[in-house]
Amino acid sequence: MKMSIREAINQTLHQEMARDERVIVLGEDVASDQGGVYGITEGLPAKFGVHRVIDTPITESAIVGAAGGAALTGLRPVAELMFVDFLGVCLDQILNQIAKFRYMFGGQARTPVVIRTMIGAGTGTGPQHSQILYPLLAAIPGIKVVTPANAADAKGLLTTAIRDDDPVIFCEHKALYMDECEVPEGEYLLPFGQARTAVQGSDITIVGMSRTAVIAEQAAAQLAQKGVSAEVIDLRTLSPLDESTILESLAKTGRLVVVDESNPYCSMASEIAGLAVEQGFDTLDAPVKRITSPHTPVPATPCLEAEYVPNVARVVTAVEETLAY
Amino acid sequence: MDVPTRKLKTAYRLMKTIREFEERMRSEYQQGKLPGFIHIYRNQEAVAVAACLDMTNEDYIASTHRGHGHCIAKGCEIEAMLLELACKEDGLCNGKGGSMHIADMSKGMLGANAIVGGGPPIAAGAALTAKTLGNGAVSMAFIGDGASDQGTVAESLNLAVVLQLPMIFMYENNRYAEFTKSPKPDGRIAERAGAFGMPAEVVDGSDFFAMYDACQQAITRGREGGGPTAIEAVCNRYYGHFEGDPQAYRDQDELAQERAVSDPIPRFLADPRAAALSAESIAEIDAAILSEIDRGFEVTYAAADPTPDKLYTDVYIHYEGRLR
Repeated sequence: MKMSIREAINQTLHQEMARDERVIVLGEDVASDQGGVYGITEGLPAKFGVHRVIDTPITESAIVGAAGGAALTGLRPVAELMFVDFLGVCLDQILNQIAKFRYMFGGQARTPVVIRTMIGAGTGTGPQHSQILYPLLAAIPGIKVVTPANAADAKGLLTTAIRDDDPVIFCEHKALYMDECEVPEGEYLLPFGQARTAVQGSDITIVGMSRTAVIAEQAAAQLAQKGVSAEVIDLRTLSPLDESTILESLAKTGRLVVVDESNPYCSMASEIAGLAVEQGFDTLDAPVKRITSPHTPVPATPCLEAEYVPNVARVVTAVEETLAY
Repeated sequence: MDVPTRKLKTAYRLMKTIREFEERMRSEYQQGKLPGFIHIYRNQEAVAVAACLDMTNEDYIASTHRGHGHCIAKGCEIEAMLLELACKEDGLCNGKGGSMHIADMSKGMLGANAIVGGGPPIAAGAALTAKTLGNGAVSMAFIGDGASDQGTVAESLNLAVVLQLPMIFMYENNRYAEFTKSPKPDGRIAERAGAFGMPAEVVDGSDFFAMYDACQQAITRGREGGGPTAIEAVCNRYYGHFEGDPQAYRDQDELAQERAVSDPIPRFLADPRAAALSAESIAEIDAAILSEIDRGFEVTYAAADPTPDKLYTDVYIHYEGRLR
């Protein structure tokens, strides 16, 4: 059935709440009639009641921390951190508490919490509502970071996230919510740590994640018209990272462009470029290129925001330069 | 309020265990035999013991960096605790937590916390579990006077009121936040908690019986769906912030005076309500405590350190990626 990412996430929450009564949803506005800013939780309170779909005050440390504490004691909470930018308010509860429970308690703890959060630029929401920040999260041992790029993956990965016994941060790109594709009916799970080869190709590998996977696919379609066969890899999960799919593709094509909406330093693009140099050096026929956002905040004005985010033209140019090396 | 003899014995045993356990720890620590930082709880024993006396393993506590007393009061085994404080393989947390992150999930002890104010949101989450499951359990956050100023505490107070959580905010006002004397008069913390819309009272934290009375009411309120309670236990921090802190910032005469009047153990024994405890039974309990601690240290010093491969275990339950 064809549906948007927004609908796929909503359907998955319905399915998992119906399947397991330990699953609760909490966050700001989640129990409102509108189902939050983008209607993601629409219909949940009517079906499952406000004791399982819980509106909270605008206090992110309490939301995330309580979700962690509830997970530690037997529930399977899905907390909503409305925008990932609000990580600035509640990072301690993720970094020092939830991520470390299992390790610092010597394996006694089980913390099956999912933190759903909106990421990304492209909708004019400005410096404090548009960041990516997933490299910051992927750098923390003890949590998993998931970045779906289409509705089918959103369903498969969110189902897996809710059933996973470790803490998972589920990153939803706000510019992709209305993107539609075919989504499998019924129960659908996708394993973590397995990237998707979105386009098969032989001349060059383009790696993307979340929205940049979509951009990479669009670039590959343009390149195909110019006779370039680009392979596109959508990482799906950043932690765990599917290194072997990247390295196998690189071994086949010899060339690598990574497209990442992060700021450049310590980005996922840097991580993957490092991987290619360290473990794929012999297979490289050209330097690795990183297409990222610049080392600036996200501007509110749409004309500068359009400059900020990676786009198809930049990817096509980078691919052509890499092929010409 | 009459306290049954069995409970009196337990209360005395736990307070005295905390005292002897920590005094022995201090001495071993000073000899360089224990690693890391330790924060001693002396003179605050009545708070933890009164707070946990009517709890079961299904009730939860979130502790602080000064957490040894909370652990013992919640029922953690002495030997397993010592093994953890010495960071041994068979410690409660396999040596990966140590004093400031010790936890015992089987006892509902959700961890000491090296982040001041880190625990209350977690305790609120445990209270949310209890409320959601409707199992009558309660959850308690221990909070120092320093932590009482943290935003996480305010957020947790608010959430507990909004969701009517079965939660107790157990403030331990020992009047010193690390090296700095609290500028707040006693009672201000309870007043602040009360302003969020929950019953809040100030109790003499050196008086076991007053504390137990307040805790029983708070726990009953939580179990019966009456929502959260705050208790400000005013007490004395006998030693420094951490072991080795000479407390040069304290007025020494005042400290000596506070130490003398706020020791909860002689005060407990002198109370007519503890009269049922005979001298013989006290001596018996004391002897048993000392031998348990001796045995614990013996086992601990003979115990193995974690093997190097343990660096990589228990980061996740299952991880499809690379850890090194």
